[in-house]
Amino acid sequence: MIDYKNNELLRFTTAGSVDDGKSTLIGRMLYDSKSIFEDQLEAVKKSSEYKGLDYVDLSLLTDGLKAEREQSITIDVAYRYFSTPRRKFIIADTPGHIQYTRNMVTGASTANLAVILVDARHGIVEQTCRHSLIASLLKISHIVLCINKMDLVDYSKEVYEKIVEDYKKFASKLEVKDIHFIPISALMGDNVVDRSENMDWYEGSTLLYLLENVHIASDNNHIDCRFPVQYVIRPQSDLNHDYRGYAGRVASGVFKPGDEISVLPSGFTSRIKSIDTYEGPVHEAFAPMSVTLRLEDDIDISRGDMIVRVNNQPETGQDIDVIVCWLSNQPMNPAAKYILMHTTKEVKAIIKELNYKFDINTLHRLENDKEMKMNDIARLRLRTTQPLFYDSYERNRNTGSLILIDEATKVTVAAGMII
Amino acid sequence: MENYNLNYLKELEAESIFVIREVAAQFEKPALLFSGGKDSILLAHLSRKAFHPAKIPFPLIHIDTGHNFPETLTYRDDLIKELGVKLIVGSVQDSIDSGKVKEETGFDASRNMLQTVTLLDTLEEYKIDAAMGGARRDEEKARAKERFFSHRDEFGQWDPKNQRPELWNIFNGKKNPGEHFRVFPISNWTEMDVWNYIHMENLKMPVIYFTHQRLCIQRNGSILAHSEYLNLRDTEIPEMLQVRFRTIGDMTCTGAVLSEANSLEDIIKEVSVSRQTERGTRADDKRSESAMEDRKKEGYF
Repeated sequence: MIDYKNNELLRFTTAGSVDDGKSTLIGRMLYDSKSIFEDQLEAVKKSSEYKGLDYVDLSLLTDGLKAEREQSITIDVAYRYFSTPRRKFIIADTPGHIQYTRNMVTGASTANLAVILVDARHGIVEQTCRHSLIASLLKISHIVLCINKMDLVDYSKEVYEKIVEDYKKFASKLEVKDIHFIPISALMGDNVVDRSENMDWYEGSTLLYLLENVHIASDNNHIDCRFPVQYVIRPQSDLNHDYRGYAGRVASGVFKPGDEISVLPSGFTSRIKSIDTYEGPVHEAFAPMSVTLRLEDDIDISRGDMIVRVNNQPETGQDIDVIVCWLSNQPMNPAAKYILMHTTKEVKAIIKELNYKFDINTLHRLENDKEMKMNDIARLRLRTTQPLFYDSYERNRNTGSLILIDEATKVTVAAGMII
Repeated sequence: MENYNLNYLKELEAESIFVIREVAAQFEKPALLFSGGKDSILLAHLSRKAFHPAKIPFPLIHIDTGHNFPETLTYRDDLIKELGVKLIVGSVQDSIDSGKVKEETGFDASRNMLQTVTLLDTLEEYKIDAAMGGARRDEEKARAKERFFSHRDEFGQWDPKNQRPELWNIFNGKKNPGEHFRVFPISNWTEMDVWNYIHMENLKMPVIYFTHQRLCIQRNGSILAHSEYLNLRDTEIPEMLQVRFRTIGDMTCTGAVLSEANSLEDIIKEVSVSRQTERGTRADDKRSESAMEDRKKEGYF
């Protein structure tokens, strides 16, 4: 039996252009790690036969909705799961079409790592750059560039090295700490789960080995203590008559009983009396734990407030500079008020200024284009009705991210990363 | 430096508790859909953890097809007493009696499809604005694209092409009058995760998850429990088998598996080497390739 108690969770996203073999790669990982069930495989075999293929098309394993099959495209982010004795994996599988920047942003927002696929025959293309830039904007710490279809270039070391060289040149512009390169054939299974016998010149690890061993413990911020209050627990029962607990998920930092804390926006200070869970009090709480804090003093605290350490406070302000990705097919209305959600806080916001848009293929600034349409990325200045307590997204994903919501339709229209 | 790592079950737990608390905070009248299966039992357990030491601040809703395993009802009533929460029962029989739906006839007749109408009526009657369910993304391909917060229009329908993007841990529960949400706090769990967690937490489970002797019939590759609700063909003769259930739903469409698994450890061993998906035993999913997608669009949970 697997000793699940020591297993970690790795969330990664996969990106590639339409025919780079992404679905095949995911199918291969699921298949080779024995995460595919007989009835699923049976269905895929049948479909492959029906289509007249002489091999089992593993890409059909990730086939989605009827609506998508009719159009032969993937519309939306799909989530897939597999585990090995070392880790559990959650894949955010994002479609590769040019128009789906918003899906890649969505998938990348919760990922520790991005697997980006390149077709060995074509090398680095526009979409490779776009996917890498989005991964970099979303501050994904690890990128794995898989050079796929090596079987179609005779497993050539020269082809591989040329692509690695090209990518390194491009990647010097990115802010990604950790980049890996792996030559693979998803179709044949080379270097995905099992080491390739066709590329003895390659001395690095297989993709699965890398996913199992890449160091992710430091991806969470354990320095800045931030606890957005989510819900106030007041049992008002005879047994717990005076109980008043602040429930929430630690956004970052490490909280301990006795810590001197400050509550935003009131600024009142107190100490942590206890950190409660269903199993009883704990001696520390860190991201991403869900706990309930009790304080020494009776202070008026509600949802949207933030508990922080006295000597390490977030920024507080109403003028917020953000990089925004527009997600809605309704263009941005510069005159509108939007609902803004940030941690557990909700305020209204107006667009004060669109500073510049990005050319997402080159990261060049477009100063004169002021229209924000779906999939556009731009730097904006927002003005909020009440102050936010925030950190830069670069420092803290949880307190540096926000979404904008259309007041009339209530639809999420934009994703923002605070600068 | 200290090791600030959570094991993955604790991380999944923390994520689910966060989502459940978001529901309690963002909605006026949330509820938890309880079927008596392991996923909704897990959901009830996580809800208890989320608000401890207070009680769960929302009711449980059971959509009763009238074709339940008696063991499910016993378990349900014990749990309600233990949690001290309100139970709302929506009855498919009532929907049939009032003429809103028509009972299916024939050998494969099931009340599974009829549940959707009863569910939507119950949500409307109690003005429920967020119904939490134990669906998981690994169950079925239509569910792989489901959001944690899944928006439904005023007819309770799901539009797969027009879902709200969901980023980071920010959940948009805003809606216009008449619309509501389905929320799936255990989206990221797999069947294996659920059993490992149940084992870690040593949760009490309904007895029919464990091996027992039962009169069954075999039909279209499924083993179905023999009951008064099942119409038998002349050729079908009930036989006594050693079985357990991997999922629990309506008696007429929940298939059993041959199994000797007598403990949580046995079940985990069995699931970890199983070569069939758990929904492989569900007759309701076998009706067509897009059976789940079609039902979800109509408002199925």
